[in-house]
Amino acid sequence: MMTRSAQAAGVSGPAPRTAGAPAAFAMTDGHVHLDGRPVLRGVNLRIEAGEVVAILGVNGSGKSTLVRALLGLTPLSTGSAELFGVPPGRFREWWRVGYVPQRLSVGGGVPATVREVVASGRVARQRRLRPAGRQDRAAVADALDAVGLTGRAGDPVAWLSGGQQQRVLIARALAGEPDAFVMDEPTAGVDAESQADLAGTLTTLVRQGKTVLLVAHEIGPMAPLITRSIVLRDGGVAHDGPATGGGTGCHPRPGHERERPPAYDVAGGPIGSGTTQ
Amino acid sequence: MIEIFQYDFMVRALIAALLVGLAAPAVGTFIVQRRLALLGDGIGHVALTGVALGFLTGTAPVLTAVLVSILGAVAIELVRARGRTTGDVALALLFYGGIAGGVMLIGLAPGGSNATLTSYLFGSISSVTTEDVWVIAVLAAFVLGVVATFGRELFVLCQDEEVAKVNGLPVRFLSLLVAVTAALTVVIAMRVVGLLLVSALMVVPVATSQQLTRGFRTTMALAMVLGVVATVGGLTSAFYASVAPGAAIVLLALAGFVLALGAGRLLRRSRAREAAP
Repeated sequence: MMTRSAQAAGVSGPAPRTAGAPAAFAMTDGHVHLDGRPVLRGVNLRIEAGEVVAILGVNGSGKSTLVRALLGLTPLSTGSAELFGVPPGRFREWWRVGYVPQRLSVGGGVPATVREVVASGRVARQRRLRPAGRQDRAAVADALDAVGLTGRAGDPVAWLSGGQQQRVLIARALAGEPDAFVMDEPTAGVDAESQADLAGTLTTLVRQGKTVLLVAHEIGPMAPLITRSIVLRDGGVAHDGPATGGGTGCHPRPGHERERPPAYDVAGGPIGSGTTQ
Repeated sequence: MIEIFQYDFMVRALIAALLVGLAAPAVGTFIVQRRLALLGDGIGHVALTGVALGFLTGTAPVLTAVLVSILGAVAIELVRARGRTTGDVALALLFYGGIAGGVMLIGLAPGGSNATLTSYLFGSISSVTTEDVWVIAVLAAFVLGVVATFGRELFVLCQDEEVAKVNGLPVRFLSLLVAVTAALTVVIAMRVVGLLLVSALMVVPVATSQQLTRGFRTTMALAMVLGVVATVGGLTSAFYASVAPGAAIVLLALAGFVLALGAGRLLRRSRAREAAP
């Protein structure tokens, strides 16, 4: 099932850029300094709606910083970022974005059930003082179902394994029914079974035409779904091009990507002109 | 039990105790989840300066306590938001500054002495006037109103501040709201249990509750029930046993915690046995 849809995704490729439609995510000459140290050095990228993009790179290459800057969580020192054509600081349609952080901060001293955490993903779509409606409940039920955690809905999240908690975070983003997903290392520290589950969930999203931007160390079973990969090195884009998916078993590893020249420029824009400092 | 209602001062005290028992654990649930259990203590110490300022300037100590503790809470929040490294040190500085400021100012106040402060440090619920009850009722209504109105957003905020931001929530406003609400709770509870024990009512019922519950909502609801049992029960037993009400309330709450710790362990053990094949 996965392979078939993967082929479909591969055939359709990245969505063509329709005139006037803003990119889901865009960055122009993005620089980020953290504690005076340059972390991003002049990143240019444009991710169209409907693309499934993996951001790859070794630790410290700036992957997480890049997505955080795209979301406005980390300020750019120079350059600009846009979400659906609007800078993050002025962006208002936050329900269109589903963010899956690296890990659940179970740290909070108070328990919360799986259902409560997933339902909180609806917050951008709900109004104050208005109780959850039928639509909210249906979206939460669907999200729980999509990650296979319906049976654990009443359990505290702290009882779940790392991989299951990661699925809770994905379900939280799913519950908000966003147009675009940003996932920061959704497979880090997740067992093979959960990775396969995640690939299944992604397949559904891809079929629905959602935009997915995911940061990964290695993409493993998700490889066939990825339409484009961006490899970062030392805070610059070292490679930007179509992913070589197809379930051949060779998942693109950052180390390999590095030596491979970009095949062609997907969006035709000035992307992939990564700095080589 | 009837006897206690024959004294007007005890009726007033019981109403105050009931309101505090409801409000303090409601705010406390968010504070504990945010790992700010000591926030209440910090504000309590700062509030002492406010009380002394009231005596010095001849204004109602409750009013100045509200103002100064709100300022203190906002200061703590701003320091917290700046960065974690200096957070606990800054909190400690406020503790000392609050106590020292209170002791110094009360000495300057005409006819004031440290004995004046004692009733605020350890509570003096039997001296609660009708006017005090009204102030407490209004503040408690505000606190519970905040929880009812912003509960959903505060849950997301306390789970993960960055996810709250990507959901488009007003993170800074909500953080300040938590701090201000905590400050008001401190002032409400000041007369009942005293500034040194205020935080116990925000933290202990929540800590007790979470031994027995699985979800956030149920934890808060049970904590509020436990809070009322502790304040009303402690006050009543203090009346009959002629002991300090503040101490009786807190010790009762702590006894509940010890019981729940044991009960929770049994509960989890039987659950684990159930789950095992």
